[in-house]
Amino acid sequence: MKILATYNIKGGVGKTAAAVNLGYLAARDGLRVLIADLDPQAAATYLLRVRPRVKGGGRALIQGSRELDAAIKGTDFENLDLLPADFTFRNLDLMLDATRKPTRRLAQLLRPLAGFYDVAFLDCPPGISLLSESVLHAADTVLVPIIPTTLSLRTLDQLTDFISGFDGHRPAVIAFCSMIDRRKRLHKEIAERLPAERKDVAATAIPALSMIERMAVERSPVAAFAPRSVAARAYAQLWAEVRAHQP
Amino acid sequence: MGDASHNFVFTDGERPVTDAVREALAPRFSVVAGRRSRTVRRTWLDTFDWRLHQAGLTLEYVSGRGPGELVLTGCGGERMTATAGGTRWPALADALPGGPLRDRLEALTEVRALLPAARAASSVTEFRVHNTDDKTVAWLTVDQMLTPVLPTRLSVTAVRGYQAQADWIARRLATEPGVTPGAVPPLDAVLATAGQAPGQYTGKVDVTLDPAMPARTALAAVLLRLLDTLEANVAGTVRDVDTEFLHDLRVSVRRTRTALKLGGDLLPPGLAAEYRLAFKWLGDLTTPTRDLDVHLLTFAAGAATLTSASPADLVPFHDHLTRRRRLEQRRLARALRSARFAKLTSGWRVAITELKPPKRGPTVARAAARIIGRAHRRVLALGGAITDDSPAQNLHDLRKRCKELRYALEFFASLYDPAAHRQAVRELKGLQDTLGTFQDCQVQQQEIRVIAGEMMAARDVPATALLAMGDLSAQIGRRERQARSEFAGRFADFASPRAQARFRALATDTSA
Repeated sequence: MKILATYNIKGGVGKTAAAVNLGYLAARDGLRVLIADLDPQAAATYLLRVRPRVKGGGRALIQGSRELDAAIKGTDFENLDLLPADFTFRNLDLMLDATRKPTRRLAQLLRPLAGFYDVAFLDCPPGISLLSESVLHAADTVLVPIIPTTLSLRTLDQLTDFISGFDGHRPAVIAFCSMIDRRKRLHKEIAERLPAERKDVAATAIPALSMIERMAVERSPVAAFAPRSVAARAYAQLWAEVRAHQP
Repeated sequence: MGDASHNFVFTDGERPVTDAVREALAPRFSVVAGRRSRTVRRTWLDTFDWRLHQAGLTLEYVSGRGPGELVLTGCGGERMTATAGGTRWPALADALPGGPLRDRLEALTEVRALLPAARAASSVTEFRVHNTDDKTVAWLTVDQMLTPVLPTRLSVTAVRGYQAQADWIARRLATEPGVTPGAVPPLDAVLATAGQAPGQYTGKVDVTLDPAMPARTALAAVLLRLLDTLEANVAGTVRDVDTEFLHDLRVSVRRTRTALKLGGDLLPPGLAAEYRLAFKWLGDLTTPTRDLDVHLLTFAAGAATLTSASPADLVPFHDHLTRRRRLEQRRLARALRSARFAKLTSGWRVAITELKPPKRGPTVARAAARIIGRAHRRVLALGGAITDDSPAQNLHDLRKRCKELRYALEFFASLYDPAAHRQAVRELKGLQDTLGTFQDCQVQQQEIRVIAGEMMAARDVPATALLAMGDLSAQIGRRERQARSEFAGRFADFASPRAQARFRALATDTSA
């Protein structure tokens, strides 16, 4: 099972939209996919029409008294399952801190699912915390949506520096430009220049489109309700690129 | 990973099934169109001895639009699928495309081939059942079987994590007029149209005997059951579907010969003697192919034990074995299609079905006690006389006597306490396994010598293959010596006072 995490220190950059759309596309390719919504805001859970509740809350999952497997819900799409978020996930940091090896705990919890899924997408809350550190240790690839500004690039560098300091397993980092506003010259310039300059930035950029915002109305991945839209094509291209990077 | 489905039969001719379901579930759930209806052809697959059915599993090959799909479902909700377009049945599980489904099937079916158990064509329509968030919580499948024609079947399958909702839906549907819960599985329904049921075949001698019945009547029932098993395995042996058809056929012949030998005096004069010869002919016919089967089935394990040669060096030997097996199998198939074989089985069936109970004669309980007691004493006497210096032939003879005792225990199993019977069989089996390994090793070493000679004569063998065959023979010889050294301990267990007491208890007249 490949573990892909959508992560950024900043919020509102398109992490959840990426996790839901790429997860859907992977499932459509015939892969058995799990999306784990680790964000207490439960946006991915909402988009997939699942109620944000896990019996026993985050504590039961982290302590292992309830297996992840039992909390998983099927979505409306073949091959695509969801570990829904729960409001108690806001305290995942504290719960992890109470375990013996907090940064390895998430990988340990996901291990029993390896035989049942080909890909797991971890949709992380923003911020840098024990949870995000645990996610980075568990992931094979970290997908980082970045809004093309100088400050965003600085946080990407901080992330790659942080990961390079890991002992043993280090996830690959694939950043991609997200929420590109075509009217802003700076956005356009950075989005075109970055993939050429940096190996860790994908060639595909996801534009800021109302169709993507519409996901919250349709409560569905964009490729499911508007398969021929520009947005759906952009995610398909991004998925092809991400998939090609998987060993 | 999945959850269990709820099945129903819909027999309300007044309204469409979807209307009935919508009315039953509103307003808590709504029913919306799912996948388009399609005609699917289904072939249920299992081994001849129903290994999947015995494990609580059903395997279907479903074809319609698009590539064919294999679907394995379990009564506990297990569900695995794999595309398998172009597979010709019967097929061994290892011929299927690689993946978790093949791994699961290989572990269950082992040497047995998957073959069609039943076929059907259906019009299938799937609906989604939505909750108030418009989230699909269950799939509703409407299956209208066209060939054979059967009542409309409904099934409710929970989406993962929504079993409670699916259970509620099922409970609600069960109260609806015209909806009958607990439909028999489709395979059972299809087979029932032909008067059959899954799991019907077993190679065991499952005859229930009354201790007070005349011994001749009981023996006739056992012999008839053996003949049924023998005949059930002829077509699969002739078509060479898998090696177990011949195995079961051969065991039926051996059991028949044993029944005639040990209980022949219960039959009218001359009958046992006549058919013992006829069944010896049949048994001898099956030996060459079965010996080669055993060799080929254990080939990979044997090749893995080589010490100085590489398994690849054995390829010419394997090819030679395969060629010889093909020839022997053809010879066997010809004999099984011959008039002599047809006359043997039909004549035998007439002879045993027309058997009348004698005016005077023992009950089966008494005869069974006598037969088992005698067979047990023979094994004890023969085994007790074997020393470390005894020739191999003595062990072979003992093996045959053990088989006779084992078969006698099987014929009359229904007369005894199951636990005591099981224990007796277990003790005997331990001894049989050791003797079997010894015999198989001897046969295989002999075959290697013969085949090496044949290959040399045909100038069809590289030196590396001969060396590897020598290495293989040496490894088999090592196993043979190990089995020989285990014999004394095994026999001591079997002949222990406690085990003897158990057999003596079995060998008492249960009707007395």
